[in-house]
Order: sequence, then C-alpha cells, then structure tokens
Amino acid sequence: MHEIVILSGKGGTGKTTLTGAFVQLASNPVICDLDVDAPDLHMLLHPENESSHDFFSGHEAVIDPDRCTGCGLCADLCRFHAVQSQDAVFSINPIKCEGCKVCVAFCPEKAIDFPESHCGTWHTASTRFGPMIHAQLFPGAENSGKLVALLRQHARELAQARGLDLVVSDGPPGIGCPVISSLSGAGSALLITEPTPSGVHDLKRVSELCRHFHIPAAIIINKSDLNPGITREIKDWCAKKEWSLAGEIPYDAAATRAMVDGKVLPEFLPSDSALLGTLRDVWKRVEGLIEAKRAAWAFVSAIQAFSEKERQRVER
Amino acid sequence: MIVSVASGKGGTGKTTIAAALASVWESPLDMMDLDVEAPNLHLFVKADIEDCRVAGLEVPVVDESRCTHCRMCADLCQFKAISDLGRILLVFPEMCHGCGGCIAVCPENALTPGTRELGDVCWGSAGQNGFFMGRLRIGEAMSPPLMREVKACREKFRQGEDRDLIVDAPPGTSCPAVNAVMDSHVVCLVTEPTPFGLYDLRLAVEAFRPLGPPMGVVINRDGIGDDAVFDFCRKEGIPVLARIPFSRELAEAYSEGRVFTEAAPELIPVFENLAEHLRRLGNATTPAMESSHA
Repeated sequence: MHEIVILSGKGGTGKTTLTGAFVQLASNPVICDLDVDAPDLHMLLHPENESSHDFFSGHEAVIDPDRCTGCGLCADLCRFHAVQSQDAVFSINPIKCEGCKVCVAFCPEKAIDFPESHCGTWHTASTRFGPMIHAQLFPGAENSGKLVALLRQHARELAQARGLDLVVSDGPPGIGCPVISSLSGAGSALLITEPTPSGVHDLKRVSELCRHFHIPAAIIINKSDLNPGITREIKDWCAKKEWSLAGEIPYDAAATRAMVDGKVLPEFLPSDSALLGTLRDVWKRVEGLIEAKRAAWAFVSAIQAFSEKERQRVER
Repeated sequence: MIVSVASGKGGTGKTTIAAALASVWESPLDMMDLDVEAPNLHLFVKADIEDCRVAGLEVPVVDESRCTHCRMCADLCQFKAISDLGRILLVFPEMCHGCGGCIAVCPENALTPGTRELGDVCWGSAGQNGFFMGRLRIGEAMSPPLMREVKACREKFRQGEDRDLIVDAPPGTSCPAVNAVMDSHVVCLVTEPTPFGLYDLRLAVEAFRPLGPPMGVVINRDGIGDDAVFDFCRKEGIPVLARIPFSRELAEAYSEGRVFTEAAPELIPVFENLAEHLRRLGNATTPAMESSHA
C-alpha cells in the first residue's frame, strides 16, 4: 500500500482542488482529509458518513472554587500563564491551558480537576470516488497532530480491509505539528507551490521537511503562468536540488467555478479541455513516481527476503 | 492597539492585506509575523532584519547517577516525553511541551533544565516601522512556544511604549491561530467569497469569538465565487470592512511581491477606510486576555 500526502507549506496554493482532481483520476483510492482544523475536501466530495466517532485527547485543568484556598501556587507554577485571578478567586483560562497537569499535581488542596477534553469528531464515509476518512477538530482545540495520526491509521486499515493499495491525503498548510504528523512514515509527498515569493519561500521549507524525514517528494507548480520568471526559477531549483517536477498547471478560473458547483475539476471541465489534459498528464507522472517507489520497495524487500533465506541456509 | 490579520483558510491574502494595511496605518507602528511555520510578511514589507536569536524551550536533562527510578516524572508527564524503563530514564525532548513539571516533581534533583531549539526570533525594521518575526526550525512541531518568544521579544524592545501593532497570524483555527490572536484588540478576518473561504471563515469566527475582541471581515478576490459569505456576515453581525476585487493584474503584482496599495493606488482609500474602521472597533475594547496574567 502506498500513502501519498499533498502538502504546500503556504496555504491556498491549491492542495484541496488538486486532491479532488487526483482522487477522480486515481483508480480506487482511499481518500483522507488531514487538514483537520480547516477541512475543505468534503465540499467537493460530499461524503456520506458511515460511522462517526468522538475524538478525545488530552485533559484540561479546572479549579473547583469550593476547594480552592487561593494560595496561588498553581499560578506560580504554570508556564503557560493559564491561571487567572480576580479578587483572589483563581480560575484556569481553558484557551491557555496546555493540559500539563502540573497545577493538578502540586495543588496542596487537591482542588483542581482534570477532565479529558473532547477535541473533535472523525468519520468513515463513502464518496463517488472511494471510501473517505475525514474529521473536524473543534475550533480552537489542540492535539491536531494526534487526530491526524489517528486518521492515517484508520485510512491504512480501511485500505487493507478493502484490498485497496493507494491512500491519497489532503494535508494541512505549514510545517508544524499536523504536517509532521501527516508526513512521518508516508510513502511520498506531493508539494503544490505557486510562482509567488511566498509560494517559493514556503516550498523550500516544506521540501526541507520532507528531506528531514526522508520522504520522497514531487513538486507541482500551480497557477504557473502568473509569473513565468518565478516558475522558471522553481524549475531550476528543482533540478538543482534533485526534486522531481510532476508538472505545471496554469491559472484557470474554472477551479473556483467547480468549487462553487461542488464538483472536482475533471467532472466540471469539458472532456476536450486543455486543463483536463494537463491534469491527466500530471497525475500520470505522479503515478509513475509512485510505481517507481513501489518497485524500489519491492526490490529492497526481495533482497531482504533473499539474504534472510541465505542466512538461514548458511546457519543450517 | 493590537490588530490581528487572521483567516481560517490559508492563502486568502492575510499577508498582503497586513502589508497593505501597514502602508496606510499611522507610523511608526510595529509589524509582527506570527505565521512562524511559513513566515512571508518580510518578503512583502521588504523588512530589514537587524538580528536573530535562537529561541529555546526548556526541556529536562537526566542525571542518571541521581535518578532512583521512582517514576514520578514519567507519571506526571502528559506528553509521553519521559519514559522510565526500570534501569534507564529515557527523555524524548521533541515531545516535551516545556511545562517544567518533571523538574519540579523530582525528589532527587535528577532532572535539570536543558533546551530544545524552537527556531529563530528575528527583529528589525521596515521603513519607519518596527518588524518582528519567528521562523520555526525545520522538524520542530510546536509553534505556540516560539510565538510566545516573538511576542516577548517585542515587549522587551518596547518596554511598555504604546505603539500600534499589526500581527500576521497563521492560518487555521487550532492552537497556533488562537495563540496569535488571543491578545488582540481587534481581529481582521480575511476571506475569499468561495465555499472553502466561507466554511473556514465560519470556523475562524467560532474559534475567535470566545477570545473577546471584535471582528471585521475583508473579502479578498471579490467576484471570483458566490455571495454566500455576505449573507453569513450579515447573519452573524460581523461587518464587512473592505472588498478587494479580483483581477489578474493584482494577482500578478502579488506574484512580484508588490503591496496592493503600491500596485493599485486606487485601493489606497479602501485600505484607509479599513484602517479607520479597525481602529474604531479596537478602541472600544480591552482584550480579555491582557488581564489574565496572575
């Protein structure tokens, strides 16, 4: 099974629009939306939820005013400035509370409760292009990385159970917690950039992150005709850094119109459209890269199996 | 006054709106890029970075000779950053949130403070204005502690001097975005009139409303999608403070790193009006979070 995750560093370069297009072009993918705090893919795929689950993660401290004697030790110990006091009445600001339990452990009156936090919900669903795993972290909630890891695990299990061998995941923007959680141990990454100063700057950061975790990646330059000069610079940079370029996609207002219609691009575009041809070519190239990765893995596994057999033979 | 420029969805134009807003704001002011994972404001305001320092998070270091394996630290840690294997105490510094609990709880003083590098805090100027930014180290997962360091850096520089601040916040609606916005006097939400823009705007409003500051919306790329976002703002009672029309010329100017007010001078009054409205909204409030330091 191969897991490909679509990332960008900078937001708004077209991750979700292209994920939507690619899951239509792929054969039998499991689809996963890993942008758990601002998930948008469902607006193109209209998943029908088959099962829904609560996501609990971490705890939050709550001071019981009846037991609190107002000693202020919790406020001294809290590194996150989450303890607030008004007229010697102490309380915890849930927005700032990190759930570290330090105040709970040190409170001499045992006056601080520590309930589990309900951070979001996640769903197994079906779509017209294949099964889908998606979630919604509650606004302002923490632990997006853990929810991402949970979604990926369920997507892999779902793929295994249904005999599907490709998971296509729409990733979150940035390079922090949820991105690291999306990327670590994935088969490959697809990095969507645009020819703008921000697009280039953030492509470099997310590609460095891929190198850091040893994840092979291919790059797509979206809206490539907006600035042909920067597009050329990105291509030169890809060549220099030995990143595969999966293709260039020109700016097209159809992407927004398809979104308003709730459709993915290949459904929305006329069958003779140049953009559709480009999308097909790009996806074919991505599939080629996935196949190469699979073949490399098969080769490595074959060698491992062979050397293991040899070792057993020698030992006998 | 602190004005945060935020959005749920990424790529709606937070950074460009922040840069254009700064260009019409009464100077000198400070600008701060708190999108530490993908910081871009310096590219648009042509910031002159004076210096950077490495910011760290306090993480525990074990002195094996003192550890008696009582497991109090491992039991307290909520982030699986310490694991006691019986004969060895293992610390996973990259999991640590820096709460200091393990060090405080250890009866043998076997844990001492060390540091994990979070990234850089940089400061400098952009024209007459002050400039501050954070840049998360590649591979570092936690952005909120670095954001706190950037805010602390500015506080140290200004020493209570009253200067307006425009913050470029990270996208999303989870902890990094909330951390960026929480001490603001007013939040400027940037969205685009599309289903994705609206969906994520709704999440952002839900996430930021409990924080207290008033919010106003800027519709960027006006005309590209549908009108549902206007209905939403009307229903929620959130004023639409500016509409920036979509044009290929503006998109191209952006791709060259040019600020809207310079590339399209006809937008100057739009941003002046936006600044005026934000100032009026912000003047009416004290941020709820400011008084929360015990």
